Amino acid sequence: MNYLDDQFRLKSGLAEMLKGGVIMDVTNAEQALIAEKAGACAVMALERVPSDIRRDGGVARMAPISKIREIMATVSIPVMAKARIGHFMEAQVLEALKVDYIDESEVLTPADEEHHIDKRAFRTPFVCGARNLGEALRRIAEGAAMIRTKGEAGSGNIVEAVRHIRTIVKEMKQLTVLGKEELVAESKKHQAPLELVQWVAEHGKLPVPNFSAGGIATPADAALVMQLGAEAVFVGSGIFKSNDPENRARAIVKAATYFNDPAKLLEASEELGIGMFGIDIAKLPESELLQTRGW
Amino acid sequence: MRIGVMALQGDFAAHCEALRRVGAEAVEVRTARELEETDALVLPGGESTTMLKLLRLEGLDGKLADYGRRKPIFGTCAGAILLAKHVSSPAQESLGMMDLDVERNAYGRQIDSRVVTVHPEPGAQFDEPVEAVFIRAPIIRKSGPGVRVLIRYNGDPVLVEEGRHMVATFHPELTADSRVHQYFLEKVKGQARA
Repeated sequence: MNYLDDQFRLKSGLAEMLKGGVIMDVTNAEQALIAEKAGACAVMALERVPSDIRRDGGVARMAPISKIREIMATVSIPVMAKARIGHFMEAQVLEALKVDYIDESEVLTPADEEHHIDKRAFRTPFVCGARNLGEALRRIAEGAAMIRTKGEAGSGNIVEAVRHIRTIVKEMKQLTVLGKEELVAESKKHQAPLELVQWVAEHGKLPVPNFSAGGIATPADAALVMQLGAEAVFVGSGIFKSNDPENRARAIVKAATYFNDPAKLLEASEELGIGMFGIDIAKLPESELLQTRGW
Repeated sequence: MRIGVMALQGDFAAHCEALRRVGAEAVEVRTARELEETDALVLPGGESTTMLKLLRLEGLDGKLADYGRRKPIFGTCAGAILLAKHVSSPAQESLGMMDLDVERNAYGRQIDSRVVTVHPEPGAQFDEPVEAVFIRAPIIRKSGPGVRVLIRYNGDPVLVEEGRHMVATFHPELTADSRVHQYFLEKVKGQARA
C-alpha cells in the first residue's frame, strides 16, 4: 500500500514532530504570539473560535487570508488553517498560501454533505476529525495524515472527546485479537478499506498520529485524553475564552508533556483562574452538534 | 547501553523505536533524575521553541550543559537547533554546546519539506547513500574548526559531529535505515570505554 510513500511520510512526519504538544486555535497575530510564547507546538488559524461560532451561528468559513498571512508572518512554529468539509477550493487556496497543515473541519459549515476532500491530491498534509475507527480510516484512505477526535468543539466539555478516543482505542484493540478471516467482516462493519483494517489489526494503532480535540479546557482535560491514548492535543476555545489565556496556555503545554505525572499536573493547575463556561452536551439539540458533520 | 530520548515534545517515540532496532535500551526522559540514569541522550525533532521553554521550566537546560560535558548527545532537527551556538530566523537562545550557526526553517514551510538521497563524505563511516527526510528543516550555515562533516546535501552539512556530540538536520528516525543510530550507539560505546 502506498500509505508509506515519500509524500505521505513527509505529511505524517510533521505530525510526528507535533507529538506531546499543544496546537492552539488563534484568530489573530496577537493570540498567535501568546500561544507561541506559552509553548504551543503549532497554531490553528481560524476566523472565530468554535464557541463564538456556536453562539453567533451563520456560515463559518475558512479564515480571511489577511489574518492567516499575519499569523504566518508572526510566529516561527507551524501554522495550520481550517477548510470546510468538502471545500477543496478553500484547501487549494490554503495550499497556495503555504500553510503547514490543513484541517478539514466539522467546526466550519460543511460545503459538501456527501464527499470529503480528496486529500491525496495535495502536497500539504491534512488533519481530519473522527468519532470512531471507521471514520478515522475513511479519512486516512482519502489521504489524511493525522487524525484527531472530533469531541464537541466549543463546548468546554471533555465528555465527547473522551467518548471518541475511548471508542477509537477500543475498536483498534478489538481488531488485534481477531483472525484474518474475520477482518473482512470488520472492514464491512467499519465501512473502511480492508487493507487499512488489516494494518490496524497488525499494529494495534493508526498508521498516522492520533491526536485529540473538541472540549479540552483544562490541564487535567489534556492529560486525561493523553492517558487514554491521544498523542497530542488541540485546544480551541479553552484558552482564549478563559479569563487568563497566558497562564492557561502554559499550564496545558506542561500538562501535555507531564500527562503521567499528577504532581506536575497539580503544579500546572495551581494558579489557574476560572475556565471557559461549558455546555452540558445532553442539553444541546441534535441540530447544534458539530460532531455529526461529515461521515 | 541506556540511551535517553528527551520526551518533552516531538518525535521521541520514533527515536526510541530506532534505538531499540540497533539494540540499545531506549528510555523517555522528562526529568533531571531520569536524565542522570542514562549513558547518552537524544534530542529529537519537534518544535525547538516549545522544547526550550519546557527545558527551562524544569531547570533541565542547566543540567544538560553539565551532562554534555560528560556524555554524548545526538540532536536531530529541533535537537540540532538546541545544540547550536547561534540560531537565526528568528534569533533564538540555545544550549550552545556545538560550534554551529543554524538557520531555522531554512528550506521554507512544510510544502518545501522533502525526502532525498544524500551521499556521505569520503572517510565518513557510511559506505552507501543515506535517505534523508527533511521536515521544515534548519540549515547549518557555519561550523567551527572542530566540527567534522559526515554528510552534505546541496553543499550544506546535514550530519556532523564535534567531539562526543552529533547532529543531523534531517530525521534518520523516520526511515527504516538504522545506520545513523547505529553510528551514534558506537560513539556512545567508544565514549564509555574512554
